[in-house]
Amino acid sequence: MVESRGLRIFLKLATSFTLAFIYVPLLVIVLYAFNERRTLAWPLPGLTLKWFEKAVNNPGVRDALLTSLEAGLGATALAVVLGTLAAIAVSRYRFFGRETISFLVILPIALPGIVTGMALNATFRTWGFDLGLFTVIVGHATFCIVVVYNNAVARMRRIAGSLDEASMDLGADTWQTFRYVTFPQLRTALLAGGLLAFALSFDEVIVTTFTIGGQQTLPIWILSNLSRPNQLPIVNVVAVFVILFSIIPVYLAQRLSGGGGAEAGGRI
Amino acid sequence: MSAVTHGETPPPDGLGRRLSAFLFRHPHLRLGGLLAAPAGWLVVAYLGSLAVLFVAAFWRLDPLATKIVHDYSLDNFRTLVEEDVYRKIAFRTVGTAAAVTITDAVLAFPIAYYMARIASPRMKAALIVAILTPLWASYLVKVYAWRIILQEQGVLNWTLDPIGLAGPGFGKYALWLVFSYLWLPFMILPIYAGLERLPTSLLEASADLGGRGFRTFRSVVLPIAFPAVVAGSIFTFSLTLGDYIAPQIVGTRQFIGNVVFANVGVAGNLPLAAAFATVPVVIMVVYLLLARRAGAFESL
Repeated sequence: MVESRGLRIFLKLATSFTLAFIYVPLLVIVLYAFNERRTLAWPLPGLTLKWFEKAVNNPGVRDALLTSLEAGLGATALAVVLGTLAAIAVSRYRFFGRETISFLVILPIALPGIVTGMALNATFRTWGFDLGLFTVIVGHATFCIVVVYNNAVARMRRIAGSLDEASMDLGADTWQTFRYVTFPQLRTALLAGGLLAFALSFDEVIVTTFTIGGQQTLPIWILSNLSRPNQLPIVNVVAVFVILFSIIPVYLAQRLSGGGGAEAGGRI
Repeated sequence: MSAVTHGETPPPDGLGRRLSAFLFRHPHLRLGGLLAAPAGWLVVAYLGSLAVLFVAAFWRLDPLATKIVHDYSLDNFRTLVEEDVYRKIAFRTVGTAAAVTITDAVLAFPIAYYMARIASPRMKAALIVAILTPLWASYLVKVYAWRIILQEQGVLNWTLDPIGLAGPGFGKYALWLVFSYLWLPFMILPIYAGLERLPTSLLEASADLGGRGFRTFRSVVLPIAFPAVVAGSIFTFSLTLGDYIAPQIVGTRQFIGNVVFANVGVAGNLPLAAAFATVPVVIMVVYLLLARRAGAFESL
């Protein structure tokens, strides 16, 4: 060890402090979901489960949850198909503009969300599309492609291209080779990418506000109920739902890609 | 016995197999088939939209008819430069983005260093998961959590009260704190990856040559980690520039995003919104070019 004892103690303390900084707010919101009273004053007077029941039976929350699931699944399905195609093309072929593809895929997430949202909004309105679930799915799929693509490209790099050739030599056609050779090796990477895409879609707000019409996704429901003190206990519960819905897929995705996480989420 | 099979002609190939053979002979078509959908999507749906947005920035709104007039002028950009209020909003947004970036770099460095060089392999894996997982946890919920913490009767004031202090309330300090919180993981991960590549031998060499802690940090660690810090700053900067939700929830003043959002929706001045939205885009493009020069792209 080159680092002195003092430095190591300092780093340990700083690490604990930063971890606490990251997790304490999440913990606070979870505690508030059990808050007995309607007001948000701390410390909490007592704990209760009644808001969970109210949230589950709230029609607005149910509709929003359904919309979020539909949007998430639709966007994920599109992103998995498009991301896989692009990943296979980039990792198995040499062509003009190959570098541009990687750049193009990352662009929707590298530019501020408001730019992507506004651009899509202007296009939909110019071409006369009604804003709704369909436009939300298009918007989400656009920025979800990157996570599937990154996972698939990272995996393709580790799969030898010679396996495809061997399969073809043994008489398999293009489809059989994909189905029996390429896909089984890609499967977990695609699942990891798909889970991340779902998580990304599930809690997106900015692009959604620009592409959704009258419907509400769960985050949009939260946003529009923040200003209603009456609804806040239910908002707290919904917030916990949203945390779980986005954390569980990410955790699974990290497990799928070998726990290190470098492949799953380290690349954004 | 085998005479039967000998005499049989192989079954005629199905459509799928013939198509497959055709594609095999024409790799360009194969590549085209793979790329058509994703590239088409990103070019048509996305780049096309960006182009529409860019063109719209030069249109103008007819204030009487409240209709967009499709003739081209620099009026919107002139309004943005000349009107005090827009200039102030732009500077406020960029200033906050810079402050958040510096804060995150300072906060991220120790934990990234600990992860890269001190922690045991198991600890390291656990820490990566611990940083990554909340990175994806709902953005809106995190902002809302801070609203609860920072409010008058919230956790922060309750904690600080016994020592005679008070939290910042809602406003620019709250916003600075919340943005720093939101984008911190985006800064930790690249710095960690950069420090992973720091050879121990360099630190030893520095110590052998008499370099004390701070000197080694300044002359050895920092130059090697700098591209990684820049890589992280791309996220902290870009994400702050484009945000308009957090200023609504814990802030008191408008950001570029708020003006853009209001003009797309209620105020209905799409051309002005489009013009203002090009400000973060231009800043980010310049920033990305500078970042590439600093070698940050290898650290992404």
